[in-house]
Amino acid sequence: MAVHTSQSVAKAAGDDVARGRSRGTGNPPPPGKLRRALSVHWYAWTMVAPVVIVIGVIIGYPLVRGIWLSLTDANERNVARSIGVNDMPATYEFVGLDNYVDALTGGQFLGTLGWTLVWTVSCVAITFCLGMALANILNRRIAGRSAYRMALILPWAIPGFVSVFAWRFLYNEERGLLNKILGGAGIDGIPWLNDPTWAKFSVIAVNVWLGIPFIMVALLGGLQSIPSEQYEAAEMDGATAWQRFRHVTLPGLRPVSTTVVLLSTIWTFNMFPVIFLLTRGGPGESTQILVTQAYKFSFEISPRDFAQSSTWGVLILVLLMLFAVVYRRVLRTQGDNW
Amino acid sequence: MRRGITATALVAALALAATACGSDDESGGGSKSSGELSGTVTWWDTSNVGSEDKVFKKIAEGFEKKHPKVDVKYVSVPFGDAQNKFKNAAQAGSGAPDVIRSEVAWTPEFADLGYLAPLDGTAALKDQDDFLKQAVASTKYDGKTYAVPQVIDSMGVFYNKKLFKDAGVEPPANIDELKTVSKKIKDKTGKTGLYLRGDDSYYFLSFLYGEGGDLVDASSQTVTVDNAAGAKAFGVVKDLVDSGAAKTDATDGWENMMQSFKNGDVAMMINGPWAVADTLTGKEFSDKANLGISTVPAGSAGQGAPQGGHNLAVYAGSKNLEASYAFVDYMTSVEAQAQTAGELNLLPTRTSAYAKQQAVDSEIVQFFKPVVETAVERPWIPETGSLFAPLNTEYTNVLTGQTTPEKAAKATGDSYRKLLKGWK
Repeated sequence: MAVHTSQSVAKAAGDDVARGRSRGTGNPPPPGKLRRALSVHWYAWTMVAPVVIVIGVIIGYPLVRGIWLSLTDANERNVARSIGVNDMPATYEFVGLDNYVDALTGGQFLGTLGWTLVWTVSCVAITFCLGMALANILNRRIAGRSAYRMALILPWAIPGFVSVFAWRFLYNEERGLLNKILGGAGIDGIPWLNDPTWAKFSVIAVNVWLGIPFIMVALLGGLQSIPSEQYEAAEMDGATAWQRFRHVTLPGLRPVSTTVVLLSTIWTFNMFPVIFLLTRGGPGESTQILVTQAYKFSFEISPRDFAQSSTWGVLILVLLMLFAVVYRRVLRTQGDNW
Repeated sequence: MRRGITATALVAALALAATACGSDDESGGGSKSSGELSGTVTWWDTSNVGSEDKVFKKIAEGFEKKHPKVDVKYVSVPFGDAQNKFKNAAQAGSGAPDVIRSEVAWTPEFADLGYLAPLDGTAALKDQDDFLKQAVASTKYDGKTYAVPQVIDSMGVFYNKKLFKDAGVEPPANIDELKTVSKKIKDKTGKTGLYLRGDDSYYFLSFLYGEGGDLVDASSQTVTVDNAAGAKAFGVVKDLVDSGAAKTDATDGWENMMQSFKNGDVAMMINGPWAVADTLTGKEFSDKANLGISTVPAGSAGQGAPQGGHNLAVYAGSKNLEASYAFVDYMTSVEAQAQTAGELNLLPTRTSAYAKQQAVDSEIVQFFKPVVETAVERPWIPETGSLFAPLNTEYTNVLTGQTTPEKAAKATGDSYRKLLKGWK
């Protein structure tokens, strides 16, 4: 992307420089490579400078600082702080890769990672299947189609924390609506958020509910771009409904669904609000995913453990980058062009 | 360059003036006339919203009448969030209040982090001898005083007298009686006996003390939560929940506990004076006499409830230290404490406040007064506030059947040793 723009701009800039030089007097000394690059591309660099600076400040600095902190033993009690008359310098030290060794050899990180993977895979798989089903249903001409579409997009339109709190009320064991309904049918109340296994089920259910609109809308767009001639041809050849779905719809949706799955995997892996607002990682630590645990290290325990928290943060980043690379490579071997 | 010199001179002059003012204030002390204090004092109150907060807001704003130039900004912060919120704001250096209602265990921690202003020699500390000794203990850190005790508390069993009468039972004196009482209540009225908060291990302390255990022993620098008594205490609470004598939740514990008790769905809860005002808003307690209070049930080793409370502390980065000191003094005055004792049944921290009519008339204050005197005091080290996070996790794990009492005790002890470097 950036390369393309800079080249095209460079051409224009080059013209400019050429014209400028013709006006100049005498022969300038032959410029060095860097200087020439600068003099040719200065316009491009000036244009991208604001973006580079903003990204550097917003993403680069925290990232570098996070990586640095993960190599130290920084916590709340030894970082620099200056409050009124109290001025305390930083006293944390560089400890190398100790934090990473601790995280990767201890049980906590791997245990949390295990549940995070279960959570991500089940959320994405269920959301994708349901979203696909709903998109197919809503792609037909049925009465009140736009009303259904509106209703199904609703979870997306409500701010996340509002819907998660609403779910928390529904899940309440004594006074929640779900258990009242079950009680009305003569079934014992379910400890939705109080039992570790049920709590896992509950958080996945809420995330599926929240995630369906995105998948549905994206796939609906994909469905509408599949030419109807393909379906007609398949029908002429005597393909059954299932065969049409399997051999026309699915391949036609492929470009959309690969992107959707990648995005929703990354989002679900780091889905902080659902877990944090619904269970705070509880009961105990049973629904704690990597990001909520990292948050707990740096904001909930005391003294706040900035080093361990950033170690987990860096590990999350590495895991997601690995996933994206592998995913892309798998797709490429299957003939996709991105 | 010239401008630079002028600016420096100006700053120096201002600084001189400021120090001059400062020293004036200090020597002025208590005799400072009320008109001189000005500016804004922001106070973060953590009392229960909907019941206690109204009274505290009223008292806090009364400070403006005494000092018309001072603007008191009352901010109600949920108790559960306040510790983190204050730390975030204090560390960032912006957004922190001038005065915070700091729970007793938070005070040494905030002081250790350098977030609090030492109060020795300021207007905030007046007649220190009037304060209860056990209340003052948590305000000292490293030889300095960082807070003034506002309320003191302990825990007891709150019970619904009507339900007890229907079931024909008396308040339980120990764990065994608690179980039989709960069973009778279940048989006779269909209600659950006890609500035990499962998401906050502070409510576990009385069971731990009852078995003769403790979190840590600061004098010998030993972690004691994982000894036999600790494991036994985890077993006691697990048995209470498993046997149906108590019910619990892993989330929304406070809300569920208060609702269940106020609606008469449970007959008992273990709670402290801070819950009284809220309890009395419930439909079961429109007749205040229906609320009974008794001591926490004794365990196999005896009976013990934790001593808690709240202090008022001044943020070290406050822009208005003088007015903040005066505000802290005002909020912990005998009159303010008598008023909260009368209207909210909260326990004063000053001996002389107990002699006031409002305190004498409050049955709850009179009940808790001897309880507080014998309550178990925690060591006031900076880490005391950190001991609950690991305990909460294991406590909930035990109650939800994810681990055994022995393993929970051991895991808690392990995290304590990580926290308290070099302790046995």
